[in-house]
Amino acid sequence: MTLHDTPTRPTGVINVSRRSVLMGLAAGSLVLGLRPSALRAEDVPYAGAAMPGGVKDDPTIFISIAEDGQVTLLCNRAEMGQGVRTGWAVVVAEELKADLDRMTVLQAPGNETLYGNQNTDGSRSMRHHFAALRHMGAAARQMLIEEAAAQWDVDPAEVTAENHMLLHQASGQSIGFGAVATAAAERAVPAAEALSLTDPAAFRYIGSDDIALIDNHDITTGQATYGQDAQIDGMVFAVIARPPVYGGRVASVDSTEAEAVPGVLKIVEIPTPDFPTAFQPLGGVAVVAENTFAAIKARGLLQIEWDNGPNAAYDSATYRAELEAASQQQGKVVREQGDAYAALDSAATRIDATYYIPHLAQAPMEPPAALARVADGKAEVWTSVQAPEAIRADLAKRFDIPLENVTVNTLLLGGGFGRKSKPDFASEAAILSHEMDGTPVKLVFTREDDLHAGFLHTVSVERVEGGLDDQGRPVAWLHRTVAPTIVSIFAPDPKHEAPFELGMGLVDMPFDIPNIRMENPEAPAHTRLGWFRSVSNIPHAFAIQCFVAELAEAAGKDPKDFLLDCIGPDRMAMQDTWPNIWNYGEDPALYPNDTGRLRAVTEKVAAEAGWGRDLPAGHGLGIAAHRSFVTYTAAVVEVAVDEDGSLTIPRVDIACDCGAVVTPDRVRAQLEGAVIQGVSLATIGEITFSDGRVQQSNFDTYQVTRIDAAPGEIHTHLMASDYGTPLGGVGEPGVPPVAPALLNAIHAATGKRIRALPIRDQLA
Amino acid sequence: MAAFTINGSPHTFDGDPDMVLLWYLRDIAGMTGTKFGCGLALCGACTVHVDGQAVRACQTYVEDLEGTEVTTIEGLSEDGSHPVQEAWRTLNVAQCGYCQPGQIMQAAALLSDTPNPTDADIDAAMAGNICRCGTYPRIRAAIKLAAGGSN
Repeated sequence: MTLHDTPTRPTGVINVSRRSVLMGLAAGSLVLGLRPSALRAEDVPYAGAAMPGGVKDDPTIFISIAEDGQVTLLCNRAEMGQGVRTGWAVVVAEELKADLDRMTVLQAPGNETLYGNQNTDGSRSMRHHFAALRHMGAAARQMLIEEAAAQWDVDPAEVTAENHMLLHQASGQSIGFGAVATAAAERAVPAAEALSLTDPAAFRYIGSDDIALIDNHDITTGQATYGQDAQIDGMVFAVIARPPVYGGRVASVDSTEAEAVPGVLKIVEIPTPDFPTAFQPLGGVAVVAENTFAAIKARGLLQIEWDNGPNAAYDSATYRAELEAASQQQGKVVREQGDAYAALDSAATRIDATYYIPHLAQAPMEPPAALARVADGKAEVWTSVQAPEAIRADLAKRFDIPLENVTVNTLLLGGGFGRKSKPDFASEAAILSHEMDGTPVKLVFTREDDLHAGFLHTVSVERVEGGLDDQGRPVAWLHRTVAPTIVSIFAPDPKHEAPFELGMGLVDMPFDIPNIRMENPEAPAHTRLGWFRSVSNIPHAFAIQCFVAELAEAAGKDPKDFLLDCIGPDRMAMQDTWPNIWNYGEDPALYPNDTGRLRAVTEKVAAEAGWGRDLPAGHGLGIAAHRSFVTYTAAVVEVAVDEDGSLTIPRVDIACDCGAVVTPDRVRAQLEGAVIQGVSLATIGEITFSDGRVQQSNFDTYQVTRIDAAPGEIHTHLMASDYGTPLGGVGEPGVPPVAPALLNAIHAATGKRIRALPIRDQLA
Repeated sequence: MAAFTINGSPHTFDGDPDMVLLWYLRDIAGMTGTKFGCGLALCGACTVHVDGQAVRACQTYVEDLEGTEVTTIEGLSEDGSHPVQEAWRTLNVAQCGYCQPGQIMQAAALLSDTPNPTDADIDAAMAGNICRCGTYPRIRAAIKLAAGGSN
């Protein structure tokens, strides 16, 4: 297989040039052609319109129909397991009145000017594009209808579209989409206000639980193509020995032995960038070889002396102590209402707790990889990336070539979880292809590289102090969050969390507590940080939801009832300050902080899980609720702890209100996966540093949950909502409530409060 | 020098004696259905069958394959119709899908040896195959479905 002989494989390595897509499939029929569109993103107030590139809703860019009726949809968001390729096809097929089985989804190459925002992160892909996809499907349908009506010389209002056919009931005429598609493409794209959207009551696909994954066959037969799988004629393979300490540089290298390995082609030194390094490669020494095996073998024989730089002393135990010390002191005030200090002083009961959440690595099953060819003033990359436009910009600047000379082909991602929103690996592949005079180079991360050269989840200490009045009601909440910020990779030595980090479940805490103060003491960064699925919601939700349970115990109340008391009456919380909260970049009017929805998921999950039911000895239930990515989730975890301290999880229930649901099966899958990932980080996940180096190297030392430790049952509960409700995120919001619910369950089962993650042997 | 078959086709290898099957498949034979996840037999993404037994291709020396029959995900069935593959599709097991070829090969070997596995059999047989997306509940259900039981 080469890159250019598989144009019809939806998940293959495809040269999806705009021209080839608009020219249709093998039949070559131009259907919806290049015409000015009446539907422009700037005319339509989509959520996401303010993102770089905005939201595009021009059907002539995204939809084509061949003469045989096959509909081809360009998906501009990366597929990393969230099901976006299937979801996009579902929405367009719905409004187009197409047969979903006759839809092909191709992956749009990187080009935000043409396709709109492509940065697949923040749980935004369906939330920002649902309305635009509906509009595009409806517009294409209208163009087909108008063409059929013209051919039949009837009023378009009398023509309907149904299951890939156009029908004129009065005359009994009917015709397939493919037969009129070419002519329909010549018609003007209807204006947005002229579109007739499908009544949700008549949806065939949207909301259906019976939708097969569009990539099922390719995945189950080994034909699905990920960045690690990219192939092109004449390509060679490379791995890189990167500085073991963040910011370190090569002092000297002896590659004599490495060069003697059969198949080694070239040793290339890559310079280390100065701080802040953003998404730049870390530098080091690359081995280019005829196959990956030879490259890895030769890399092991490189003799490199490193200049380790300023982070060589980074040590996790020492750093934790520093964070804990910082949490004992006042810090920058990031939220204040009432007077928490005074309220604590006068509280009838006052407790405090300090929580610790370590670094984590995303560790997607596909380690990062990219294939690149840089030659003749052009660069082309085939890779698994969440943000293709970021590579385009990087390569255009790096090689001083126009943006339009950089082509980024987005392949399937073998998991992302935030790691692949940073395209350092694609930059490395391109640098090496350039060094190899245009020979295509596939740069492969090994698992060790993935863990040692990552963009790690931050490390946090969260100290919370709470006060109860003499009725056991919460009256004061003092919260100090201490964690290095992701901004440290972009700016010189920032020491405070950014608004987007504080806004992930901390300063937006919607509790009905009169006195709240949140502080953010300083925390310097000593390693490269990045987004990890649900990001700062992990430490914030962990601390808040565990501390609610601790306060409940102090108040002598049921944890679920006390949680509902904290959430308080149904209202739009924090209305005076809400416009100043990050709110995931969303309009505060469209996406308020709705405590009614948070309460509802909490009550739902409690009811479904049988909160308060009799449990066997050693079992316990824990609960947690959290809003993130403008979605509301709540979880109940049941644990069983043996006398020897071994932990099993018989059951997890998780409820989710993400607004309108497009593909319920994928939402459930994301929640199931989020539960497993939450269990994994709570029980065994941890990256530690010593002498500036990551101490874990592979899945033996960086452990992740395997099937034998997965919950026995996971029950997902989706809240009913209408299609007028703005969509929330789905990929990430399932994660935050899992760890606190699990730890609260352990307390219920054993009486032990574990406040430092991971649990590992703390139950022994 | 080793002569063996991959999905019925003859192959011979006379290169580096340290070469492992994973990179032979992916980089030399150009068959990328067998995935690279860890390189140390810790994750199961590269699971293939050698004479019907599930093995990790990343820890299998090509030299040792003399006279064997290697089956990869591409050759598990001609058209994706192995009961395990069908069950995987029926239950939409996959999320990102990257680990699933290894999961499917492991599950196929399990059912070959143990046609009606218990929950404990499944967890024991599949514990070497990591899925970071967390598809484990559906993997369990799909194996039972493929075994002929209900899900």
